[in-house]
Amino acid sequence: MTDAAIAPAGPDHRAAFRPATFADVLRSEWTKLRSVRSTFWALTVTVVLGIGLGAAISAAAAHGYASSSVSAKLSWDPTNISLSGMIIAQLAIAVLGVLCISSEYSSGMIRTSLIAVPKRGRVLAAKSLVFAAVTFVVGEVVSFVAFFVGQALISGHAPHAALGDPGVARAVVGAGLYLTALAVLSVAAGTLLRHPAAAIACMVGVLFVLPGVAQALPDSWRNPVNEFWPTQAGGQLASVHISAHTLQPWPGFGVMCLFVAIVYAIAWTLLDRRDA
Amino acid sequence: MIEARGLVKRYGATMAVNDLSFSIRPGLVTGFLGPNGAGKTTTMRMILGLDAPTQGSVTVDGRSYRDLPAPMREVGALLDARALHGGRRAFHHLLCLAQSNDIPRRRVDEVLRTVGLEDVARRRVKGFSLGMSQRLGIALALLGDPAVLIFDEPVNGLDPDGIHWVRTLMRELAAGGRTVLVSSHLMSEMALTADHLLVIGKGRLIADTSVDEFVRSSPQQSVHVRSPQAAELAARLRQAGAGVQAGTDPDVIEITGMDSAEVGKLAAAHAITLFELIPVRASLEEAFMELTRDSVEYQAAGATGATGATR
Repeated sequence: MTDAAIAPAGPDHRAAFRPATFADVLRSEWTKLRSVRSTFWALTVTVVLGIGLGAAISAAAAHGYASSSVSAKLSWDPTNISLSGMIIAQLAIAVLGVLCISSEYSSGMIRTSLIAVPKRGRVLAAKSLVFAAVTFVVGEVVSFVAFFVGQALISGHAPHAALGDPGVARAVVGAGLYLTALAVLSVAAGTLLRHPAAAIACMVGVLFVLPGVAQALPDSWRNPVNEFWPTQAGGQLASVHISAHTLQPWPGFGVMCLFVAIVYAIAWTLLDRRDA
Repeated sequence: MIEARGLVKRYGATMAVNDLSFSIRPGLVTGFLGPNGAGKTTTMRMILGLDAPTQGSVTVDGRSYRDLPAPMREVGALLDARALHGGRRAFHHLLCLAQSNDIPRRRVDEVLRTVGLEDVARRRVKGFSLGMSQRLGIALALLGDPAVLIFDEPVNGLDPDGIHWVRTLMRELAAGGRTVLVSSHLMSEMALTADHLLVIGKGRLIADTSVDEFVRSSPQQSVHVRSPQAAELAARLRQAGAGVQAGTDPDVIEITGMDSAEVGKLAAAHAITLFELIPVRASLEEAFMELTRDSVEYQAAGATGATGATR
């Protein structure tokens, strides 16, 4: 019955293994991520929405270009339009990021995980790193495909962009980077709040509700939100045309990264101190 | 070897664990016994670094759990068999945890075979029965082939076959020189599995003793007597200072405060005929209930009188 699985524990018992490393935890988290179905579905949604919605919006915008106002023509940003599917696709990344830790809390798996890796910071670091890497790859693929599909649909109806144009390559790569930063933020939010529903609601608030509400407020309120609200500021990285009351692309992304870093630091501290 | 010194855990106003000190030695199955809510799980969580003690410390082989370089190679634990992601297949559940401690993949297959789950290794665990989940949890504990094993209520949900298997496994693990700590709220279960007992109630240590000693020190027994002159014997016994209780059968009395030899001598001295003279030993279960009577947290009304033989 028990055969080789239970050998007598001899005095040389400890000689047989090496200390666990961060690389071990990375492999563990990669297995965790790829062995649940929600990962596959969330990434599929990201790809389908990112490319499909981008294509649909590009086609619609291109057809409306001729009849649009002068000011709309001045701020015409074909790159950003082709990437606009990301606005919805980011929700799938946010949900998956939140779930990859908060589902451990709701199922109790977190206790098993922390018994296996009691250096808790490693669990959070490995989880965010693995998920950020996956998001980066998927995000860049979606971003580039959406860009080329979008430009193909726009060309012939309106001015279109090429990768070699100033700021365009940065914007296309930037859309993937924005998703990557968002991925880390979602994992941190899931760690902080622990309840999947609460953390997802919080991410929706940060991404959509607050910036949306701000648009209905007077300029004195709306402008600073557009300029400095972390996800709004970070989104600048995916734009070529810079409108009034928004940050430049890299400073904007810097604001977002700073925000992510602060939330991450709080999540790290709480994970380490709280009883699991 | 697990050593606790002055372990205290307080949740708000509740003392979950109150000044607990013990050492759990290798080569033995140590039963961790106490009523529900006595602090067993909290203590185990502190051993495993999940909860930080309010005061005191606990070490595994001289080190605090969080400082172990490869925890699963040194300590195997089953706390809550349902604490897993239901959407993951059994194999991947074990694999991801094995990888975190550099345990080879073939070991996952090995432990799945050991617990008899090899046929369902590729099934998603949300379809598992409680018994199957328990087996998976035990497989996880064995994964790193550790020298210290901690099981919280491992026989919950197992069928009689499974219970027998767990018992044998615990005994084998201890016989191989390992430290085995098993919690239970069932004394009868521990009587069959454990060598040593750690009894707690309301977070306090009540007894730290071998099972044999625990049985020997079990509280007051009674003597069961059947006699055609039961009424006369009862009167004589009461005069001699013993406690006597009559049952529904007029020929039967239960005597406390006097052993069977004394009862026999007294009956002979007064020429009273005895048909039955049976010393009634308190069972382990009753001994345990007697011991923890004052520390049961949630008590059904009237339940205090239910320990028949010790009355």
